[in-house]
Amino acid sequence: MGQFVTEIRPGGAIAVDDTIQVKGYETKAGSRILEGFQPLFGAEAVERLEKAGYEIAGKTAVGEFGLDLLGEFSHSGATLGASGGLRGAAAELAAAGTVKGALCADLNGAPRRAAALSGVGFVKPTYGTVSRYGLIPCACSGEQIGVMAKSAGDMRGLLEAVAGHDPKDGTSLPTESYDYADGKAVSEMRVGVVKELTDAASDGARAKVQAQADALRGLGVAVGEVSLPLADAARTAWNILLCAETCNNLSRYDGVKFGYRSPDYRNIDELYVNSRTEGFNFLTKAVILYGSDVLSKGRYFACYDKALKVRRLVWEQSKALFENYDALLCPACGKTEYQPYDIKEAFGAVFAESFYTAIPNLTGFPSVVCGGVQLIGDALQDGRLLNLAEALEGGAAK
Amino acid sequence: MRERWETVIGLEVHAELSTASKIFCGCSTAFGGEPNTRCCPVCMGLPGTLPVLNEKVLEYAVRAGLALHCEIDRETRFDRKNYFYPDLPKAYQISQLYRPIARNGYVDIVADGAEKRIRIHEMHMEEDAGKLVHSEFERVTYPDYNRAGTPLLEIVSEPDFRSSAEVLAYLEKIRSLFTYMGISDCKMQEGSMRADVNLSVRPMGETAYGVRTETKNINSLRAIEHAIESERSRQIHVITNGGKVIQETRRWNDDLKTSVPMRSKENAPDYRYFPEPDLPAIHISEAFLQAARESLPEFAEERQARFVKEYGLPENDAARLVARRETAELFEAVVAQGAGAHSAANWLVVHVPHVLKTLSESAEDAHPDASELAELIRRTERGEISRPDALKVLGALLSAETPFGVADYIRENGMAVENDESALEDAVRRVIAANPKAVEEYRSGKTKAIGFLIGQAMKELKGKSAPATVHERMEAALREPPSVTA
Repeated sequence: MGQFVTEIRPGGAIAVDDTIQVKGYETKAGSRILEGFQPLFGAEAVERLEKAGYEIAGKTAVGEFGLDLLGEFSHSGATLGASGGLRGAAAELAAAGTVKGALCADLNGAPRRAAALSGVGFVKPTYGTVSRYGLIPCACSGEQIGVMAKSAGDMRGLLEAVAGHDPKDGTSLPTESYDYADGKAVSEMRVGVVKELTDAASDGARAKVQAQADALRGLGVAVGEVSLPLADAARTAWNILLCAETCNNLSRYDGVKFGYRSPDYRNIDELYVNSRTEGFNFLTKAVILYGSDVLSKGRYFACYDKALKVRRLVWEQSKALFENYDALLCPACGKTEYQPYDIKEAFGAVFAESFYTAIPNLTGFPSVVCGGVQLIGDALQDGRLLNLAEALEGGAAK
Repeated sequence: MRERWETVIGLEVHAELSTASKIFCGCSTAFGGEPNTRCCPVCMGLPGTLPVLNEKVLEYAVRAGLALHCEIDRETRFDRKNYFYPDLPKAYQISQLYRPIARNGYVDIVADGAEKRIRIHEMHMEEDAGKLVHSEFERVTYPDYNRAGTPLLEIVSEPDFRSSAEVLAYLEKIRSLFTYMGISDCKMQEGSMRADVNLSVRPMGETAYGVRTETKNINSLRAIEHAIESERSRQIHVITNGGKVIQETRRWNDDLKTSVPMRSKENAPDYRYFPEPDLPAIHISEAFLQAARESLPEFAEERQARFVKEYGLPENDAARLVARRETAELFEAVVAQGAGAHSAANWLVVHVPHVLKTLSESAEDAHPDASELAELIRRTERGEISRPDALKVLGALLSAETPFGVADYIRENGMAVENDESALEDAVRRVIAANPKAVEEYRSGKTKAIGFLIGQAMKELKGKSAPATVHERMEAALREPPSVTA
């Protein structure tokens, strides 16, 4: 069962993951470094949900800054499924019907993996459509708050409530609000199965993709195979950008103004070093080190700047596919079960899994997880992806 | 003796922009204030906050770039500069490295009687940090984030300076350009203009640059002069004693008039710049650029030339009038209100500074009303008020909290010189009739007696006539033959 890091508010309906600020709730982003941090304001997405009449159920555990696979290295502890395998906290609560839905931050695919494993839906919306104001920032050029729910219809409703221009976020797109109903009939759609991503997955994960491809064909969708030769480069590029931006965004946790401060220091340098050494877990430290490295003098152009160029190329390559396809179909994660493992292996494990999830973060394209697989669409085609998800639900129900 | 060493200086100037609010949030940029009262979650760098660019900053920066004859980057963007220091709340500063707003400009200066062009390498926008207040009583330091997020322009020159006179002329020129545009106060004492000095020396005639040092923490024009002289001497001393200057950053101590090493090149921090992901690249449209071009004011030099040509002012007076835009504008407004150009210039370059000095007020704080000042100048020109009284009125005008009418003030304080002809004639006649003894003395050659008579007449006139006029009339009346009384 997924865990709330706070008490469930009676009558509450929507959970919020702990990287997203809710006024009145301690916000730790799964890390000791933010111990005791009370946000002065709630995230824009949360405020909009409340304005739309939704109630906040409470906050759910996340891996430290959302950097791990499924929340296994949260400061509040891992969430395990009945089988003993790793699960995402919010996804398990949604699957159990304890909450109607959840707001989750997606910076390296954690909520998409969680949704696929727990059998619920998740939409990582087009970058810039949901305000990041009030999201504990890590990989700001590609992270987005998304919505998790059992049905595509609930995802659509929640997304419509939170999306729209926010003047407090400089990267927010100008459109005031979005209507996620899409006019195009599913039977007229074309979906491409991404060869590189599907081939690399485990038999179980590949079987899910094949099953959904068949289901789509049954709905009259033209399903073909497509190739994204830059998929591997996309993963590397996104991890470079993610490490660099996260390293930099986590610099503000220095023990000076808020959050955890080591009791043991004699001067400002020791205050920084000891607070950060004790406050961050091993995975976060690895991300910080990789991030410092790719930004350092002499490495910037070989790593960071090149990653920005790869971002552009992947965007172009994907865009070319969207000329002919309404959506790309691929696994949301490489396996169907993940066992607890040692944190020393985490950086490699996340890097391996981000192969399946990196493209939407890198390019800003929307992604919808449903039926255990992932659909990636063109920018602002979130509604079309939700339509496909809805059709698959209906198909599965028949 | 011919100078054996040449000094080579490059300057990094920081100018605080005078926008009402900060660069990435809505907080006030006013100087001072109780610590940590002019900040919000955004400029405190709290998690979850995002920067949103204040468009005024962009506008000011484009104007500054144009005034410095720079190329404006139409696709400029911000970068993050990383370092840990308690006055920097996010542990990174939003600045510009890869695509600064302006590049390749120049400023023409006159120093040591010669004209010279100083090239600008680049100019960029950035946010200021907070400041640290060190307790005098305990070993404690308090961060104050009021200044954090104040918009700055950093102007990086090429190493084109060869003397401190050139450096001062350049700073004065930037101050003039920026204050004329109204984009910065450029007050070094309040920290709204700061300069870091990059300096090296080389034997006269050598073309390769020597090893340079950077001196920081210089807070006044005088300190810049001292710091340049001190660093030049230090480097020459090192070299002539067989040593080598090492590339390092030094901190100026103005009390001791010397600098101390802060860090060497080996310890130079790697700022790990990268494009700021929270702020999209900025596209500067042709319309925006054109509006900025059209908003450029007539700067000091052009205005000085025009004052000489249009008002026939001496070069020196014109130069003093245009030193501050406010003074130049006040001059033209006063002339437009009917004051003579030469008198107006004289009042503004002589009387106003003199009176301000006696009031111990600075020119920045005094904003006399142009039409009232013109009224005062006109009345003084026409002899309707005595000069000492006029200066009293000027003092009142310059220190007034609220504007007042000069005409009323003169009347209420009985300063008006009436020059009422008949009253004057009457008074003179009455005084002569009433003081036969004094009249007799005068006529018999004791001309000093006229002083008494004038005094009596002034008393009758209650000071409403100019003493000179009374003197003239009294003299004329006494020269007339005694009237034959019937």
